[in-house]
Amino acid sequence: MREPAACVRTRFVYSESACESGGGRDMDKMVLRRTGPHRSRPERIAGFLIAACLLLGMPAALATGTEQVSDRQAIHVLNRLAFGPTLDEFRHLKATGIERYIRQQLEPDSIPEPIELRWRLSQLDTLKLDPMQLRRLYGPLPALPGFKPSPELEKAQRERVRLILQEASEARILRAILSPRQLQQVMVDFWFNHFNVFSGKRLDDVWIGNYEEQAIRPHALGRFRDLLFATEKHPAMLVYLDNALNTAPGSPGAHGKEKGLNENFAREVMELHTLGVDGGYTQDDVITLARIFTGWGINPPDARAYPEYAAVFDSTRHDYSPKVFLGRALKSSGKAEGEEALDILAHSPATAHHISFELAQYFVADDPPSALVDRLAARFQETDGDLREVLRTLFSSSEFWDSAGGKYKSPYQFVISAVRAAGVPVGSVRPLLGAMDQLGMPLYGCQTPDGYKNTEEAWLSPEATTRRISFATALAHGGLWSNDPAGLSTAHPVEAGHLEAVFGSAMTDTARDVIGQAPPGLRAALILGGPDFMRR
Amino acid sequence: MVIRRRDFLNRAAAALFALGPCSSAAATDRPPGRLIVILLRGAVDGLNVVIPYREIAYYRARPSIAIAPPGKPDGALVLDGQFGLHPALASLMPLWGNRQLAFIHAAGSPDPTRSHFDAQLYLENGTPGDSATRDGWMNRLLLALPGPRGAADAVSIGPVLPRILAGKAPVATLPLGPHGVRALPIDQPQIGSAFDRLYGGDDEVSESYHEARAARTQLMDALSKERQTADNGAPPPAGFPRQAARLASLIRRHPGLRLAAVGLGGWDTHINQGDHKGQLADHLRRLGEGLAVLARASGEAWRDTVVVVLSEFGRTVRENGNGGTDHGHGNVIWVLGGAVNGGRVYGEWPGLALPQLYQRRDLAVTIDFRSLLAVILERHMRLDDRRLEAAVPAAPPAPDLARIVAV
Repeated sequence: MREPAACVRTRFVYSESACESGGGRDMDKMVLRRTGPHRSRPERIAGFLIAACLLLGMPAALATGTEQVSDRQAIHVLNRLAFGPTLDEFRHLKATGIERYIRQQLEPDSIPEPIELRWRLSQLDTLKLDPMQLRRLYGPLPALPGFKPSPELEKAQRERVRLILQEASEARILRAILSPRQLQQVMVDFWFNHFNVFSGKRLDDVWIGNYEEQAIRPHALGRFRDLLFATEKHPAMLVYLDNALNTAPGSPGAHGKEKGLNENFAREVMELHTLGVDGGYTQDDVITLARIFTGWGINPPDARAYPEYAAVFDSTRHDYSPKVFLGRALKSSGKAEGEEALDILAHSPATAHHISFELAQYFVADDPPSALVDRLAARFQETDGDLREVLRTLFSSSEFWDSAGGKYKSPYQFVISAVRAAGVPVGSVRPLLGAMDQLGMPLYGCQTPDGYKNTEEAWLSPEATTRRISFATALAHGGLWSNDPAGLSTAHPVEAGHLEAVFGSAMTDTARDVIGQAPPGLRAALILGGPDFMRR
Repeated sequence: MVIRRRDFLNRAAAALFALGPCSSAAATDRPPGRLIVILLRGAVDGLNVVIPYREIAYYRARPSIAIAPPGKPDGALVLDGQFGLHPALASLMPLWGNRQLAFIHAAGSPDPTRSHFDAQLYLENGTPGDSATRDGWMNRLLLALPGPRGAADAVSIGPVLPRILAGKAPVATLPLGPHGVRALPIDQPQIGSAFDRLYGGDDEVSESYHEARAARTQLMDALSKERQTADNGAPPPAGFPRQAARLASLIRRHPGLRLAAVGLGGWDTHINQGDHKGQLADHLRRLGEGLAVLARASGEAWRDTVVVVLSEFGRTVRENGNGGTDHGHGNVIWVLGGAVNGGRVYGEWPGLALPQLYQRRDLAVTIDFRSLLAVILERHMRLDDRRLEAAVPAAPPAPDLARIVAV
């Protein structure tokens, strides 16, 4: 079996000369080493949390886990750091204490994953391939001299490539439901939408699973700069935002469709990925950044240079003129110039603020308190964008603790949380993907680069409410997997008692009343389809 | 304080009463017309929709994607002596001939942003430059319409409510797809009544539940009578033409319907846009066919319908290095319907020579999109000045557009 070679092979390299490419890889390794030992010691965290809690007037005992965690607190933590409670995790959290649970979640590798999940993930072969292998095995057929693929062959290719989306979806959904590394899954949802790519774009159908595995997941709780580099250099992103064709006009490599600038990537890198729309850049900066990124593209499948790399820098299409970006004269040139620009963006205070705002919006409130955003942004800058530290600050804030139930679930969060709460065996993910589709949030299906929103105004509609109720009813009655083609599950009605053990004491009086009077067969549907379950 | 939707409606109704029937002469003459807004999200390349075929600058700026002048192979379809229509939109030519289709060129937002997301927000909230406005102008329009309102007077096609229709007034969402009127669990009395009680609160989620129940009753009634009458029994092709057919039958069966909005994506053509054929042509063809279906299948209701098709901004005059176009400024707005004075390209054409361009790269905006909305809201939707100001504030006057809808 091949080793995680894939993570080396996705690296972006020079196509200028071998020795420079080696240098590029070394530099990447250095970065990896730098992030490795950055774990804070538990005692330091505990001390910090106690101090923070005292400061914020929250009972310190709650943070140290030495005292009883209330059902409401447990539900709140699991609604935000996880995709809602399962009965097991609810009990685990109450036994472990909140502080320790948060600490574990921030170190996902310390949490073992269940054998069922590992086994099911191990069946997904396309996730083990690197981008070039994926392109050769599943990509569009090359038009060679004297060979034009027939329509039948092209149709067969389109059918074959669907496997990649299926396997990526399966991995994503199974982890979201079954993995105890819940915060990591939550952050994958968050970052995928922040750095969105769309599976409907040609070639991104080939790379969508690898993009998530290699560019997003390893950095979801790491350093923002590393996440930024990994996503912007991934071939899926370069294709999605059209940079693969971005070319210096009149450069030696300019020809055919690759003959001039394309602003798309440069604009969205600043507007969506880093500075934010009000981050202080101009149209001239967009054009300059587009020039900086000229030549950042993809390698043809039959490339002789760097045949193992899908994303490469093509120096023959790069603009080598000197550049002033965001008021700074850039020192480097070639591929390094783009990296210098990304570093400037990663370390800008506007980026710290933009990311902090988005995190606070996702974890606290649609209109997050500005004092909290400012504190997160300060932490972001102090720690060089260490996402764990920023989240630690967030989870120990009074704003976080005061916001229980204030967020409306996105369709993804609703579907995943309902299946988790139900506690029934998880069959094929297909009915879950269908439900997300119908609710307007197809997985990997957001066409626009801003990704899916997580606000109430984006998702609350009359149609959404009735469709969620229909899904909850089908799930509760065991109807989702009654015809599971994989035979992994037969009809398993959800036991109302299983749900009541978690949600019972936190229910409103009305809900308890209505559910208590309903026929037993309807109770689970009412809990999963009720208004309280639409929120987190 | 948060004003709850039902309270607001009650108050709005009371305010209407207090105003009395004479506050606007126009308002008493005839009931408001019907308005359908189609949002082309991603910024359609208007210069390749309505082509300024007399402009040398157009052909110079677009060596590989320009549409040839009328009369040349695969050339534009003649609209007038200055403009031609993309050949993929041939299905709309009968409407142009009947004077039921008009265009306003060099139109757009006064805000300079080239961000899709900000620009769409402004198009939908109706207050360019002000992102604090949370509700959509069509929702404010719904509140401002004279007369009593039902639960399904405004519909959005698709599962997600677009911002343009979001706000205090209830709006129905019409599902897509072949199972649009399939029975749901809540249609069963026992399940429905249990959920009715569970959603008895006055929170936003419960409000949306009750809006759904009320609208479902009305829409089910209208759509269950639906036979595929749209095109003599032949179901239209999937995608927008099929949505349009469904919308047309809804309009026919449900006379209370005043407002509808549909969002269509796929217009952000940074690469390989194509010319008379290709990506943009394929999208335009489906859009044109859908609009033609809508016109044909709406029957009598087409007479008091106005359809507006618009995008958040236009695209660069010059094609980029990859056979596409980047984010620009001015664009073309399409207006069609039985109530339209069409067969004419409205607006003030600024020209495409370099000094005439916005920031020396984009088609300038000579008509604010709100000016068009103001004319339609006033003359077609019968709002008086005060109500118009509440729905779409600060619209600059545009006398040239005054006759674009028939009264």
